[in-house]
Amino acid sequence: MQFPLLTLLIFLPIIGVPIILFLPKHWHKTIRWTAIFFTALQLLLTIYLLTAYRTDITGFQFVEQTKWIPPFNIEYYLGVDGISILMVILTPLICFLGIFASWNINKGVKGYHILYLILDTGMMGVFLALDFFLFYVFWEVTLLPMYFLIGVWGGPRREYSAIKFFLYTLFGSVLMLLVMLAFYFNTDPHTFSIPKLIELRHIFTGTGWLIAFIGLYIAFAIKVPAFPFHTWLPDAHTEAPTAISVILAGILLKMGVYGLLRISLPVLPEASQSFALTMALIGMINIVYGALCTMAQKDMKRLIAYSSISHMGFCLLGIAAACQVGVTADSAQAALNGAVLQMFNHGCIAGMLFLIAGVIYDRAHHRDINGFGGLASRMPLYAGMTSFAFFASMGLPGLSGFIGEILVFLGAFKVYSAITIVSVSGVVLTAGYFLWTMQRMFLGPLNEKYKDLPEINFREMFTLVPLGLIVLLVGIYPMSVISLITKSVEYVVTLVK
Amino acid sequence: MTDFKIYTCGSNHGYRILNCEASMGLLNSVRYFIPELVLIAEALIILIAVMFKGKRLAGMSALMGLVVSFITLLSIKQTGVTGGLFGNIITLDSVAIFFKGLCITVTFFTVLFSIKFRSGEILSSEYYAILLLATAGMCLLASANDLLMAYIALETVSISAYILTAFLKSNRKSSEAGLKYVIYGAIASGIMIYGMSLLYGITGTTNFVDINKFVGAYSDTPLLVVIILMVLAGFGYKIAAVPFHMWCPDVYEGAPTPITAFLSVGPKAAGFAILIRFLWEAFYSALVTINQITVIWQSLLMIICVLTMTIGNLCALKQTNLKRLLAYSSIAHCGYILMGVVILTKSGLEAVLIYFIIYLFMNLGAFLVIIAISEITGREDLKDYHGLGWLMPFPCVIMTIFLLSLTGLPPFAGFIGKLYLFKAVIEVKWYWLAVLGALNTVISLYYYARVIKAMFLESVDTEPSNPQSAIRNPQSSVSLYYSIILVILVIPILVLGVYWIPLLVIIQKLS
Repeated sequence: MQFPLLTLLIFLPIIGVPIILFLPKHWHKTIRWTAIFFTALQLLLTIYLLTAYRTDITGFQFVEQTKWIPPFNIEYYLGVDGISILMVILTPLICFLGIFASWNINKGVKGYHILYLILDTGMMGVFLALDFFLFYVFWEVTLLPMYFLIGVWGGPRREYSAIKFFLYTLFGSVLMLLVMLAFYFNTDPHTFSIPKLIELRHIFTGTGWLIAFIGLYIAFAIKVPAFPFHTWLPDAHTEAPTAISVILAGILLKMGVYGLLRISLPVLPEASQSFALTMALIGMINIVYGALCTMAQKDMKRLIAYSSISHMGFCLLGIAAACQVGVTADSAQAALNGAVLQMFNHGCIAGMLFLIAGVIYDRAHHRDINGFGGLASRMPLYAGMTSFAFFASMGLPGLSGFIGEILVFLGAFKVYSAITIVSVSGVVLTAGYFLWTMQRMFLGPLNEKYKDLPEINFREMFTLVPLGLIVLLVGIYPMSVISLITKSVEYVVTLVK
Repeated sequence: MTDFKIYTCGSNHGYRILNCEASMGLLNSVRYFIPELVLIAEALIILIAVMFKGKRLAGMSALMGLVVSFITLLSIKQTGVTGGLFGNIITLDSVAIFFKGLCITVTFFTVLFSIKFRSGEILSSEYYAILLLATAGMCLLASANDLLMAYIALETVSISAYILTAFLKSNRKSSEAGLKYVIYGAIASGIMIYGMSLLYGITGTTNFVDINKFVGAYSDTPLLVVIILMVLAGFGYKIAAVPFHMWCPDVYEGAPTPITAFLSVGPKAAGFAILIRFLWEAFYSALVTINQITVIWQSLLMIICVLTMTIGNLCALKQTNLKRLLAYSSIAHCGYILMGVVILTKSGLEAVLIYFIIYLFMNLGAFLVIIAISEITGREDLKDYHGLGWLMPFPCVIMTIFLLSLTGLPPFAGFIGKLYLFKAVIEVKWYWLAVLGALNTVISLYYYARVIKAMFLESVDTEPSNPQSAIRNPQSSVSLYYSIILVILVIPILVLGVYWIPLLVIIQKLS
C-alpha cells in the first residue's frame, strides 16, 4: 500500500493533542513549541505533496479509499486535485504562522493549542475528503473549536459572536446534511462518494433538485459569506483573537467557496445554471455593498472583516460566470480560474491584514483607526508591510490580488456586462477605504500617545513575510500557481456546460 | 382474558414484530420469564434481608441482581426462541429483548449513581427494591402483547416511579414532584384505560394480535381516532410527548437526580416499546388501508411528533435550572424519536433502536455530571456552573461532550443517532419533517451551548448562591468513583461517533 500521505496530513495535528494534554499547564513554551512542531511537520509534508503533485492530469491524486461503514456505503475517501491543492497548501502554512501570532495568549494556553490543532485537522479534512459524509464530519469538526476559541480567548463581545457564529453555521450544516441524505437516497446504488455523484449528475435534474441546490447553496453561502448570510462575519472576526481571525479569514471562508466548487457545481450542473444569474447578482452585492460597509468602519479589524466580505464576492462572481448558460469555454475557464485563485490569494492577503491588525492591537490595545496617526514615522517597517498588504488587497498589478480579480472580470464580462461593470467599481471603493485608512493611521502628524511604540518585531515579521512573498510571487508569475489548478478547473467547466 | 388455547397467526403483513407462533405452555413460559423473575426475587430479597443485614449492602445486591438478570436475558437471546408467553399476553421477540436489555442497563447505572448519592445516607433499601420492581415492570411493558398487561405494567412502572420521585421525604420539591406525578399519571391512565375499553368493545378481545384482525373492519370509523387519542394519552404521558408532557419538568427537577436520570431513559424506552408494539401490532391493519380516518390519525401522530420536538426545544431555551433544561431536552429527544415511530417503516424502527442506545449513554452521562457536581456545590442552577470549566476541567469537558452529542454534532455518537432518524424520514420522502427536525437541532444548540458557555466562558461567581459550597476549596474535584463511571459512559459516545458498526451489528441481529 502506498504511503498514506493525505491521512498523515490530516491527522498529524491530532497526534499532537494527547501530547499537549499531558503537559503541565504552566509549561507555556513547551506547549507552543509542540504545536509548532506538529504544524511544521504538516507544512513540510505539504511541500513534499506540492513537489510530487502532477499538473498535467485531471483526476484526483494521492487517492486513499477504504471502506468505513459498509452497510451505509460510507468510505474513507481522500484525494487532492486542482481545486483543493491551493487550500491544502495554504491551510498548514496559515496554521503554522498562526501559532506564532498566538504568542501573547497567556490564559489556558493548553486548551487553546489543543483546540487549535483540532481545528487544523478539521480544515485539512474538509479540503481532502471525497466522500460527502466524511466531508460533513470534518466540516462540523471545525465548528466546535472555533466556538471555544472565539468565546474564551476573544474580545469584549466574544460570547455573542461565538454563539452567533455557531448557530449560523450549524443552520447551514443541517441543510447540507439533508441534501447529503437526499443525494444518498436518490442514487442507485446508494452512495456518498463525491466522484460517483459527479458521474451520476445527469439524474439530478428538475425543480426538486433546484431546491436541493438552494439548500446546499445556503449552507455554503453562510460560510462564504454571501449577502444576506454575512452578518455573523464582522462580529466573529472582530472578537476573535488575532490568529483565529487569520484562520477564519484565510481558510474557513474558503470552505464555502470550495464546497460550491467541489459539490454544488459538479453534481448539480443544471441547477447551477438556473441559479447562475442570482449568484452573480449576490456576488455583485457582496462586492459593492461590502465595500460600502467597509468605508464606514472605525475599528480596523471590523474594516478588514467587511473587506473580506467584499473580496469573497469576486469568487462568487467567477463561479456564477462559469455556470451561466451561453458562456464560452474560454471565459468560463478564466472566470473559474480567477475564482479558485482568488480563494488562495484572499487567504494570503486577508491573513496578512489580520496579522497586521494584531500587531497594532498588541501595542496600543485598541483598534480605532481615528485614534492613530502618523505611525509611519515611528514604525516604518510596519507601515511598509501594511501598505504592501493594502495594495495587494486593492488589486495592484504586480501583486496577486490583481491576477485573481482580473481573471474573474475577464471571464464574467462577456456574459454579465452590467454586473461586471458595477463590480469593478468595487475595486475603486476598495482603494478608497484602504488608502483612507492608511492615511488616517500612518500618514500625517504623529499621535503623541504613540511616540514610544515599539517597531514590529522579528516574530511578527516572521508571520508576515512568507505570506508577503507568496503574494509577490503569484503577482509576478501567476502561472506558477495557475498551472496547478487549470486542468481541474477545465474539467469542472466541462461538467457545468 | 385469554386461556391456554393455541393461537395461530392471522394474515401476513409486511412489518410484523411478533413472529407469530403458538403460545408456549405455562412451564415453558416461566423458563423465558426468568429475567423478570430474577428482578422481582432480588427486590424481595433486599426488602427481607434488610431486616437482618442493614441497608449498606442493598445497593450492591441490587447490582448483582441486575447483572444476573441481564445475563439470563442474553442467554434467552442466544436460544433464539420467539413466541408468546403465558397465553400470549407477553411476547418474546427481538425488539422486546432489546428494550428489556436497555431497561436493565439503565437501572444498573441508576443504582451505580445512587450508591454514593448524598453519601448514601438517605436512600434506604426500599429504594433499591422499588427500583428493581420498576425495572421488572418496564420489562413487562416492553413485551406486553395484551391491553390489560400493558395497563398493569404501565401502572407498575408509574407507581414505582411516583414513590421514587418523592423519596427525599424532607425535601419539599421532591414531595411536590411526586404529587404532581401521581395526579397527572392517574388521569392519564384513566383516560387510557377508557380508550382501551372502547377498543375491547369493538374488537371483543384484549390481545394485540387478535385486535389487529378485527380492527381493520373499523378502519373507517371516527371511533378509531378517539381510541388512538385516548390510548395515546397514557402512552404519551409515559414518554412525555406533547401535550402530555406537563409533568416532566417539575418531576425531573424535584426528584433525586439519580431517579431523574432513570426516568429520562428507562420508562421512556419502555413507553416507546409499548407504543411501537401497539401501533404495529394492534393497529396495523387499520394503517394499511388508506382512507380519510387513517389520514386523520396519522396526521395526528405527526403533529404530536412535531409539537413535541418544537415545544421541548423552545421551552428549554429559557431554563436556568439544569435539571429542568435536561427535562425539556428529553422531551425534545422524545420528539425526534417519534419521527422514527410515526413513519412506520422498518428503517424507522432501526433508527429508534440505535438512537435509544446512544441516548442512554448521553443522557445518563449528562445527569451523572450534574450529580457529581452537585455533590460538591450543592446546587443545580446554571449560574452556579459559571467558570466551573476552569476549576474542574475533567467533568466539564465530559459534560461538553455529552451536550454536543445531545445536539447531534459529529464526531459524537448523538450525530449518528440523528443521522439514522433523518435517513429513515428522508427515505420515505417526508422532507418537510426532516427539515423541521433539522431546524430543531439548530435551536437545541442554543441551550446546550448556554451550559457550555456557563462552564467555560464565564468566570466563577464571587458570591455563590450556596454559602456551604465546597467550590471555594481548591482541592475539590469530582470523586474518583464518579469519574470512572463518567469515563465508562463517555467512551461509547466518542467511539460510536466514528465507528458505529457494532451498533449496526446489534440491530441486524435483532431484525
